[in-house]
Parts: sequence; C-alpha cells; structure tokens
Amino acid sequence: MSLRIDQDHTRFRSIVRGKIRDNLKQYITQGELIGKQGKGLVSIPVPRIDVPRFTFGERDAGGVGQGPGSPGDALGGAPGEEGQGRAGQEAGEHRLEVEVTLDELADLLGEELELPAIESKGKRRLATARDKYTGLRRVGPESLKHFKRTYKEALRRAIASGSYDPRLPLVVPQREDKRFRAWSSAEEPAASAVIVYMMDVSGSMGDEQKELVRIESFWIDTWLRRQYKGLESRYIIHDAQAREVDRETFFSTREAGGTMISSAYQLCARLLQDHYPSEEWNTYLFHFSDGDNWSMEDTLSCVTLLRGALLPRINQFGYGQVESPYGSGQFLRDLREHLGQEPRLVTSEIPDREGIVQSIRDFLGRGR
Amino acid sequence: MAFLLGKTELPRYLRVEQGRVEAAARACGLDFFPVVFEMLAYDQMNEIAAYGGLPVRYPHWRFGMEYEQLSKSAEYGLSKIYEMVINNTPSFAYLLEGNSLTDQRMVMCHVYGHVDFFKNNFVFRSTDLDAGERVLAAAPAGSDYAPNRKWIDKFANHAAAVRRIVERYGLEPVEAFIDDCLSLENLIDPYSRFLRRHRAEPVGEGEEEPLEVPRLEAKPYMEDFINPRDYQEEQRRRLERERDEQRGRFPAEPTRDVLAFLLAHAPLERWQRTVLGVIREEAYYFAPQAQTKIMNEGWASYWHSKLMTEHVADWAEMVDYAENNAGVMATSQGRLNPYKLGVQLFRDIEERWDRGQHGRDWEACDDLDEKSHWDLRRGEGRAKLFEVRALHTDVTFIDAFFTEEFAIRQGLYTYAYSRKTERFEIESREFVQIKQRLLGQLTNHGQPLISVTDGNYGNRGELLLKHEHHGVDLRRDYAEHTLRALGRLWRRPVLLHTALEGRPTLLRLDGGELRVEEASAP
Repeated sequence: MSLRIDQDHTRFRSIVRGKIRDNLKQYITQGELIGKQGKGLVSIPVPRIDVPRFTFGERDAGGVGQGPGSPGDALGGAPGEEGQGRAGQEAGEHRLEVEVTLDELADLLGEELELPAIESKGKRRLATARDKYTGLRRVGPESLKHFKRTYKEALRRAIASGSYDPRLPLVVPQREDKRFRAWSSAEEPAASAVIVYMMDVSGSMGDEQKELVRIESFWIDTWLRRQYKGLESRYIIHDAQAREVDRETFFSTREAGGTMISSAYQLCARLLQDHYPSEEWNTYLFHFSDGDNWSMEDTLSCVTLLRGALLPRINQFGYGQVESPYGSGQFLRDLREHLGQEPRLVTSEIPDREGIVQSIRDFLGRGR
Repeated sequence: MAFLLGKTELPRYLRVEQGRVEAAARACGLDFFPVVFEMLAYDQMNEIAAYGGLPVRYPHWRFGMEYEQLSKSAEYGLSKIYEMVINNTPSFAYLLEGNSLTDQRMVMCHVYGHVDFFKNNFVFRSTDLDAGERVLAAAPAGSDYAPNRKWIDKFANHAAAVRRIVERYGLEPVEAFIDDCLSLENLIDPYSRFLRRHRAEPVGEGEEEPLEVPRLEAKPYMEDFINPRDYQEEQRRRLERERDEQRGRFPAEPTRDVLAFLLAHAPLERWQRTVLGVIREEAYYFAPQAQTKIMNEGWASYWHSKLMTEHVADWAEMVDYAENNAGVMATSQGRLNPYKLGVQLFRDIEERWDRGQHGRDWEACDDLDEKSHWDLRRGEGRAKLFEVRALHTDVTFIDAFFTEEFAIRQGLYTYAYSRKTERFEIESREFVQIKQRLLGQLTNHGQPLISVTDGNYGNRGELLLKHEHHGVDLRRDYAEHTLRALGRLWRRPVLLHTALEGRPTLLRLDGGELRVEEASAP
C-alpha cells in the first residue's frame, strides 16, 4: 500500500543523496564505507540534516536525571564506568546513518566523477531466454486462468444473450468465456564480467599501501557491478611467486620476498584461458604494485605477456602504482615506455588517499 | 476516517472494549470529548507519527526524515509506537495492529486520560476554533463546554493551501521558504492567547492627555512630605521621556510573537505570508502539548494504571500489564522520564491532600517523625487532582508541588557536562538546584526567551531581536543559521542581542556576512 508520506520520504532521500554526492570524495578517501557493507546496502553517515533554531546547547544546559549515583559519577553508568551513551551519543547526534544500495552509490560515483557508461563487448554474443506473460489466449491450464477477463467475457455473453438479471447478478462462465495468461519467450542479452585483481604483497608494500588498494578496489567493484549483472572477482597475490587467493587473504597477506610481476601475469593468463573465454566475458584486470620489479628481464617478459596473451582478449588492463617509501616506481615508467600506445592499458599513480579519486577516474573514465 | 487509506475501522471485539473502558473512565469522573479509535498497521503508524499525529500535512522533507528514522528503529526493534492521540473534536486515537488485547486495553485507558486532559486543562483552550476555523480568544468554559477543535480538517486545509502554492511556484523555492519559517517556529508567545500583554492605545484626536504622575494618598497638610514636589517633578520628566521614546519605537513594546511581527511587517509576497501564517498557527496548536508534557503524560499514566488495575484488566492479564507499564515508566541512562515524573507527582499530590499534608501547620512542622505519620484523614486527594489537571502547566505544576521530600524519594539529581572528563556527570542532589534546573528547563517550554525589540534599528530598517539570557548560552552554530533564515525573510540586516560566554554580544548579519560584536550591557 502506498503511503501519503512517500512523497516526503522520497524528497528526503533525494536531499540525502545530494549530501552524499557532495561529500563523496571525502567518503572515498576515508574508506570508512567499506566496513559498513551489508547485503547490497551501505550505511553512510551523513551530517544530520536539521532545522536550526534558537536553542540551548545541551552541554551548556545540563539537565535533571533520576537514578542511583553520587556527584561526579558518569550519567547512567556505575561509578568509574566509562560515560556510557550520552557523551558518545551527543557526538553522534549530528550524524545520520542512511542506507543506500550499492547501485545507488555507483550511480552517485558515476555522476560525481562523470564516468561514462561502459560499452559492453559481450552483449551481442551471449543471450538468455526469459519467459514473460504478455497476452491472453483461449486455452490453457486452470492455474493460469485470468479471473477478471474471464468474468468480463462471461458478463458480456450473459448481457448479450439476455440472461443477465440485475436483481440477481449471477454470472456463470462457460468454457468459451475462459481466458488464460499467455507468455512469450524473449531473448535477453546478458553481459557478464570478471575482474581479476592482482597485487604485489612483497615486503615493500605496507599497510597504508594495501589500504589504498582496498579502497580503490571497493569503488571499482561497485561501479562495474552496476554495469554488469553477473560480476565475478578473482584475486591474485604475488611476490616472487603468484597464487590465487580469496578476497580476505588478498587484503591481509604480507610476504617478505622479492617481486616478480610476470608470475602474476602468467597466472592470470592461465586463469582467463581456463575459465573465462573472451567471447563470453568482459574482462578487467587491475594490478597494484609499488613499481619495484625484481629485474628488467622480468619486466620485459611482463610486457611480452601483456602484449601477446592479455591485452588482446580483455576490455582493459589497469595498472595502479601506489607510492611507498621503498618502491622505485620504475615499473610504471617501463610500461609507459613499451606499451604507451596500447589503448587497453591504463596506468595510474596513487600517491596517497587524495589520489584515489583521480585514479578511479583514470581507470573507469574510458568507458571500456 | 477518509484521510487514511485502507481499512482502519476498529474490529468488533475492540469496540466492545472501548465501551467498557469509556464507561469505567466516566464512572471515575473523567470528562472527555468523544474518542474515535483507528487501527493502524505499523507503517501507517509511523507515517502518522512522522506527521506529528495529524494525518495530512503540507509537503516537507522533514516528515520524510522522521518517517525514515521511525521506521528504521521500528524495523530494528528499538522502538515501537503504542499509541497516539490527537487534540481534536472528536479526538482521534490510533491503536497498533497486532498488539495484544492487554496492550490495547492499556492504550485505551491511557488515551481517555489524555482526552480528559485536552478538554479540561486550561492551556488547551487556546486551540478552540470558531465556525470559520479561526482560533478563538481563550475564554473560561462553562459546564456545557463543547468546543470546536476540528484541527485535523484545519491541518488538511493548510496542506491543500501549501500544495497549491507549490504547484504554482515550484517545490524548491517553497520548500526553502518553509525551511526558513521552521527555523523561527519556536519564536511565538504561547501565553499571549490568555492575556493582553499591553493595552491598546486609545486613538484620540486633539490634545494629548496630560501625564498623570502617580502619587500617594495624603492628608493635605502632609502632601508636601509624602509627595515631595521635586520628586514629583522628576517622575513627571521620566514618564515624559519614556513616552517620547515609546512614540518613536517600533514595535512600541518588545513582542515575543516574532512570527506575528514578521507576518505584519516583513516584506513578504502573498504566498509567503500564507505559508508563514500556516506555520505560525500550527506552532500555536502544538504549544499547549509542549507546555504540559509532564502533566499530560503523568495524568494519562495515572489513569491507565488506575483503570487497568481496578476496572478493566482481568487478573490473568496483570503480569503482562505490569511488564508493559514498567516499560513505559522506565528511566534509561539516568534520564528523566516525563511519564514517570508526572505520574509520581500526581500520586504524591493525591496522598498529601488525602492526609492533609499541606498548609501552614504542615510547613511549620519540622519533626520528621511527626511528618511521616501525619494523617488528618481529609480525603481530598482526588478532588485536588482534578483541580490541578485543569489549572496548571508544567512550570506551575513543578513550582507548586515539587517538594524536597519528593525529590529525595524519587532519587533526582542534576547533571552537567564535564569538560575535564568529556562526559555528562551527576552534578548535585541539592533540592534547590534540582528544582531550579527543572523550572528553568520548563520555562517557555524549554525555548529561549527571544523578542523583537526594534524593527527599525539604527533608523536603518534593521531588525533587532533580544535574547533574555538566563545563564545558558544559545547554541552558537544554530543561532547563526537561524539568523540567516531570519535575514532572508526580513531582507535587511538582522541582529541578535544575546550573551556568549558571559559577555553581552551582538550577532549582526549584514548581506550574508555575520559579525560578532561586543555589546553594551542590556
């Protein structure tokens, strides 16, 4: 049942949406949203929207309370106990937790960063059939009988044949009155996509660097999920060797070894080959590292892998280089030098949290 | 009710219950308007609660915000609205679908308490309407008191008027204007409906009447001693000076009904006047409820417990009832619960007047033992309660009946924010302090006292408001935003005279720029 207040509620939601959009960059850099994910929902703290009035501040005014305790005790708590509730609540009073769906959040991201919609490449090739009720027919199973239309037909026949009596409005449908729902199958294009995240977990990648990657991958996920119905994410970590891990491990692992980036690219190529044929899947690869590869030799084999096995079959390869005190950042320069002309390769530098927004724009701004 | 979608009529078994409760209430001496109960699903309940109880309101996002918060906390099981009742004739009250019979009975009893209060407490007279839906000047009521309070209709008409304006001028400007008006919503003068703050100036022609200097009565031969001539002369000059000052002043005397002043004098467009008028009328409608929160809830709770335990509930329900009642009366985190404070104070009054624990002898007695056994068997408690519920508001209620014994028995204290430990702490259990704090918070139902003192400040058409500072500062950021809203209505610089951190301060908003100046003491 629709409520009268829906209009006001919608209006409030749109005001909140505006607030979130205004502060989106701040949310992106703080990364606090990631921890607040529920099922398809994110709860976002927005500054409390309030009608200001001439009024007293509660801190100045104090109040009258009731209960046990002696002067100096925290309100509502036993002596010595941390001032539960009230002091904390007061700080929280100015914040309003609003839940938005991830889709909504993605739209906001798109609006704010002016991201283009993605042109899917797999659309034409992959389709699924869906059944939809589209019309009526005269025969069918009883369970699909359309009562209203059947009644109408019966009534029409009754009136036409003169057997309808308004004082005793009894209408008995007969076989030819019956109408049944009919369906037709429609081919619906389905686009599915896979993202493979790769990350350097060698000793030089610190916690802050990983946090940058975590935040950025959250937003990339959110955006691509909005664009494709079925999105899969795979995670590969590497130091001198690469292995596939789950999301949890991806962000928590820290190794001490050296760095051979080609190992990750190799694993990735194998993964794609085995599970994600390029004609069915939109494929996105993201690799994050501090740009310190083991040797020039390995870098060259990376370039070869990219040129030969990866780039031809994917939508986009994104290389994000986070700045770390130990990384030389050489890999980025090498990539640009060897593959600078490749349209499917996007490189981006993420110096700090402020840089995340620009980096997202780099990666997603091409609409691929 | 046509305002509500869907079926809201009470089921038969509850109509039977309503009959029982109503009969019991009447037998106990309650005197109420007819009550219509509606049964609502929880989302409808949240909707109406978000609208402040009235089913149809003008469009505004804050109702949506209220709704969001209410439905969230209902979803998470943090809160549940049991009951709502509207000061209207007939009074509408809402029951929540799916509550147990015990709950519904308790709510009904509670509602009859409220409706009795609406009808009999004097401040609610200010919500009486005439046939044309205008607010009547409050008048003492006779025994056949049957006022017209068709506020549900009135609010619906307000909503229609604002909707028409929105259609014509667009949502955004109207909403922005409503936001500004709501910022000023609390700047009204609730008691103005009961008294004339200043006498109307007789508009006479010709010569002005000579000033009469008040003098003390004296025998002719004592005249020069009792009313010395030079003192009389001084008084005359002072009065003349005051009259001259007053003549140039606008408004002639400070007015606390800032909204009325703006309606009359701010450069508003027609539709803006309509909207501001709507908001002012609605603010006055809600004022009596804010002025009697403790009493109103206390009275209703007193009666639900009386009616339930003595007349309505079955024995089998007693435990359920007691649990619910305890929930209503619970204080959380040391905060004051108006239901509890109110009902305890009413019970205290009843006992004191039953036992004659008042008056000069009682006050003079300082023997604790004697006091604790004091019982004159007067039995005047119930009668006193009915009198109190008619003649008091929260301020006078606390002022007259809040005693030291009561404060101690109830375990009351004052609390304050401690900057050192960054938390709220219990401050004191001194009776005088508790009572002062309580009264301070209830005065002007907790709103700061602010009046228009000059509508032509500095002879530049600037608007000066003055805040009567009683020890607590205004919240600074809110004050600034509110001043900006006021500036948008007045369209000339606006000033607020207040005090911040112990210093008289003048906040001055001039063309979007806010300046804080040290002010001379008032």
